[in-house]
Formats: sequence, C-alpha cells, structure tokens
Amino acid sequence: MTETSMSKDASNSGDGEAGGDGRINRLRFRKKDMPGGLWLKCESCSGTIYRKEVVEKAYTCPACGFHFTMPGADRVRHTLDEGTWEELFSEIEAMDRLGFVDSGPYGDKIERTVKRTGQNEALIAGRGEVLGRPVVLGVLDFKFLGGSMGEVVGEKIALCCDVARKEGKPLLLFTASGGARMHEGMLSLMQMAKTCSALSKLNEDGGFSICVLTHPTTGGVTASFAMVCDITLAEPGALIGFAGPRVIASTIKQELPEGFQRAEFLLEKGQVDVIVSRDEMRNMLARLIDFGACRPGAGATAGRRPASSSERASSSGAEQEAPSTSVPGDEAKGSSGDVASSDGS
Amino acid sequence: MSTEEKTREPAGLPFERDIQEMERKLVDLEEQAGDDLDISDEVRALRAKLKDKLVETYAGLSAWDQVTVARHPDRPVTGDYVVGAFDEFIELHGDKQYGDDPAIVTGLGRIGDRRFMLVGHRKGRTTKERLRCNFGCAHPEGYRKALRKMQLAERMGLPIVTMINTPGAYPGIGAEERGQAAAIAENILKMFELKVPVIAYVIGEGGSGGALGIGIADRVLMLQYAYYSVISPEGCAAILWKDGARSPEAAEALGLTATILQDLGIVDGVVHEPLGGAHRDTSVMIQSMRESIVEELASLDGLDGETLVANRREKFRHIGAIEGRFPSPA
Ligand SMILES: [Zn+2]
Repeated sequence: MTETSMSKDASNSGDGEAGGDGRINRLRFRKKDMPGGLWLKCESCSGTIYRKEVVEKAYTCPACGFHFTMPGADRVRHTLDEGTWEELFSEIEAMDRLGFVDSGPYGDKIERTVKRTGQNEALIAGRGEVLGRPVVLGVLDFKFLGGSMGEVVGEKIALCCDVARKEGKPLLLFTASGGARMHEGMLSLMQMAKTCSALSKLNEDGGFSICVLTHPTTGGVTASFAMVCDITLAEPGALIGFAGPRVIASTIKQELPEGFQRAEFLLEKGQVDVIVSRDEMRNMLARLIDFGACRPGAGATAGRRPASSSERASSSGAEQEAPSTSVPGDEAKGSSGDVASSDGS
Repeated sequence: MSTEEKTREPAGLPFERDIQEMERKLVDLEEQAGDDLDISDEVRALRAKLKDKLVETYAGLSAWDQVTVARHPDRPVTGDYVVGAFDEFIELHGDKQYGDDPAIVTGLGRIGDRRFMLVGHRKGRTTKERLRCNFGCAHPEGYRKALRKMQLAERMGLPIVTMINTPGAYPGIGAEERGQAAAIAENILKMFELKVPVIAYVIGEGGSGGALGIGIADRVLMLQYAYYSVISPEGCAAILWKDGARSPEAAEALGLTATILQDLGIVDGVVHEPLGGAHRDTSVMIQSMRESIVEELASLDGLDGETLVANRREKFRHIGAIEGRFPSPA
C-alpha cells in the first residue's frame, strides 16, 4: 500500500468482501499500516492528513471532520466508561458449513481474518456503562470481513437482545457492514430473521434499543435489526442504504445525485431520528437512555425514570460531560442541535 | 443483497435442448398419426423415450440449471395460482400512504371454505406487464402494502399465504429515498407479531431480502425447482469471482436449492413439481398448490395467536443452528 493508501481505490484487498459493496468510500485501517508517520488522503475532502492525528481525533478528518469507519475495539473504548467493559460471547467462532470456495476456502479466509484482527468474529458484544448508565453493547467491526452478518454475528446480536431483556438494560448497537455474509449462503440471510425475532421479543418485554448507523452500513444489516430499533442514530456523512451505490448506478444506468445515501440524505428523507457527531455520541446516548428509563418495562411511572438510574448519572459527575444539560446546537457539523432544544433545561 | 440484473428470458433452457427437439418431433408425429397404427406405435415409443429423458435430465439438474428453471418464462407466477387454484379473490390495492406497487399483489382469497389473505410478488406474464411490475422487484410501498394487508388479516382473523417470486427488492433512487431497507426490516420484525397463521411459498425466485420481506412464516415451503438465496448467483459471481459469467459456480457454492435448504432446516417442506418442471404442465402444478395450501392451513388449525407467535419466534431464533453450538444468554 502506498502512503495515500486510504483513498477510495485502496479497498480491494479482498478481505473486506461482504454481501454488498460497502467497500467503496471507506477507509481501511490495517494494523501493518498503523505505525505513525504515514500521510493519508481523506476520501471526503481529498486533503492530505496525518494518520496519527486522525486516530487521536477518534478517526475523524482533522480538516473536514469526516467520520471514518472506526475499528470495533476503538468504538467500544470510545463509547463506554473506562473499566466498565465486560466482553460476552467472544468465544463463538464462525463455521464454514457450506464448504464455500471462491478464490480460496471460506474456512481459510476466516482463519486469516481471526489472526489479523485478533478477534473471532465481526461482532463485539458485552456489558458496559455509558456515563454511569449500564448498557448491553454490540459493535459491528468493518475490518472483520466487511462487518458482514453471518450466523455468529446474527446469533450474538440475538444474544445481546436476550441479555438486555433479561437484565432490563438498554440495548445499544453500532453498525458498519456490507450486509449479509454470502459465504454462509441462506444461513446468513436467515440472520436478518433471527435478529428481528429476538428484537421483537425484547420489544414485547418492554425493552429499549438504540442503533447507531456508522459508515458504511448497507444490505441485510440495514434491512433488518439496524433500522427497527426504537431510536435510529447516524454519524455524519455515513453511507447508509439497502443496495450499494454501485449496484444502483448499474441498474438505473445514471449518475447518483450528490450526497445520495449519506446520513444527511436519510435524515431529510425521514429515515433516521438524529445525526450525532462522534464527540457528542456518549452524551446523546446517556440522555436517550435516561428517557428510555421512563418506559414501563423499566419500572418507572410515566415520564419519570427510576431514582437509582439518576443517582448513577450524578455519581458520574467526575466526567466533563454533563448528560442532562443541553448540547449546544451546531447544525453545520451535522450535530444534534434540534434535539438539544427539546431537553427543556 | 439486491439484484442488479433483470430476469433474462431464455428462449429455452440450455440443458433442455434434446428434450425440446424430441417434443417438437412428437408434436409432428402426433399430427401425422391420425388412425395410422404404425405411426401410433412410433408416437408411443417416442413418448416413452421422452419421459425417460425427462426423468434422467431432471434427476441430474445442477444448482444453476434449477435457477434457470425457476426463471423460466412459462413458469406459473402468483397470478396463475390466483386464477387457477383459488375459488375467489378480491384484490386489495395500495399501502394507503404512497402508492400501489404492482410488484406485490395483495387480496382476499378463498379455496373451498378456507379464506385467507394472499400476499405475493407479481412478475407479470407479457413483456408489458413485466416492465410494469419491475420484473417482480418491489419498492418500499410494496412491502408497506404487504404489511398493511397482513395486519388487516390479523384483525380479520384470516391466515396469511405469501408467494415469493422476486429476483430481489428494487435497487433504485426512489426505493432508497422511501426507505427500502426500513420497509423490509419493518416487515420482518412485524411478521413476528402476527397472531394468525402465516404460510410462505417460494414459487420461483427467492431473491434475498426482497424475498424475506414477506417470508417470515410458521411454515416455509419451496417448490421443487425454486431457488432461495442470500444474493443472486450473478451478483455473487461479480463480487467474489469478479466475473458475472461464473454464475453457475456461484449458484453451486451458495447452496440455494430446495433440497439443501430443507437439509439445513431453513425450509419446512418441498412442493413437488410435475415431471420436467412446473413450466411443462402448469395445470398439474396449480392443482398441487391448491392442495398444498389447504393442507398447510389445516396443519395450523387450532393454534392460538400467542402460541403461533411464540413458535414462529423460536423457529427463526434457532433456524439452521447446530444444537449446543451457541451459548444461552448469561
Ligand atoms: Zn477530510
């Protein structure tokens, strides 16, 4: 890879293959590229940027603020309070049940990816706290076969729903995925059903779910659990869609409009609730969780969340973020200004 | 996920070339035969030979061959079953929000004394119809229409019969603007809440999320030569082999046939097709479907709404899973 390897055309290394074509318009962060000193090209503003600075800024462009795909482990760290993370179900491994072979056996591909990423699958699941509020967290990691959903990813999301249901905790999911993992054939398509089955049960038992759509999220992930959580958030500039842009362009044989399938486009079309920038994410999640705690399933009376939860919130006062006050609106950065005004404080 | 290619209409199935030649010859002979006993003997012999050839050919179909059978232009489509197998049908149009997607047909159906709601993909028969129906590729308003009618069925206490026959949900600008992903996702989620029996048939092409959007059912059945796949073989070949021409290999690898899917526990049953495929004898196929619908509806008689929902959720929660492979939640 060249020094400007994070540009659009650098993504055909073969490991990111997923069900859709979410490979385009994204950055790849590979461990071997990670040592500092590399200059990168931003896919959004085309500016030449210093990699170390990108990583320090939580994988956003120092020049234009574009939110690059964030590796799963960084996402977990960035979202949860320090020392609260307890990973669950990490031992479950993928299986090549169809004996799928393309350029090589799928089994070998999994093995290489496990070695490269140091994790068994594309979904990282566990318990943790966001500004003192306990959550069940699931994070799809794009660097593991394009965040594609096969049996293990589907099962782990369903297990997250089950844990959230049994423990009465909010379910928090982050997606970055090219869709269903075609190497698992119909078993992967059935994960769309499996995840929704578990979510439907969670809903019935008074659960509360938030899904954050990040760059890029397409295909069978968008067309299942990701779009039907109680609250749908998106990061600014994220590519989000059912079909990948290349598929659409080749079907309709015309250029796609500027900004098509970006988070802002989805907001305008009524598909997402709020666009939240990365530096405001924890704050927004905490506030939403407090509203979610008013639900009957959490044992609250209308509009008032249980005291224990608010105590937890105040005990986290050591953090500079203040969850129950307004986040200053900043439309230009695609932040949450309009929602902040409804905070009422 | 979705399907980029329109159904290409084969002039005839490539693997059927010999069969078609024999069929042509048989027609000619039958015309000549009349009362001529010598020729009648020849006709009988050719008929027997043709039958043997069909048995042999259809016993050895590759996955890709089956995909071409599933896409055959003469294969019965949803409308054929409505006309041929139902005793009554009242089409109900529209999602009452945006429009009436012709790629999905919904309405009240009856076979004998069994009343139900039909939800099915519509591919059309003539070229004009096919264009109007986008070759069975539905838009979000199609999925929303389907959900609206299914929820109506629930209120009316009617079971639901779906017929899946789509290359995939439509990938286009309008479809994305109106929330294709959200519409399919909503259907999948809400079908887990329907307190009436749901039966799904994959009658031809089961194309990915576009198929699953009306595919959450208590009984999932497939016609013998239908296919059901996470991605079209062409799409898969283009992405993984970087070569759309390698679709036959992709079809094989994807494991998209009824036999394989039944073994994996994804499909509950297979509806047998007449010898040589449904396109060879549509009236027999339509009769089999009529019988199957009645039989499958009867198999769910007496189950209350709560039981149906609980069983349906449980079925898809563990579909295809190997016993003991996944932990139970801590
Ligand atoms: Zn930039």
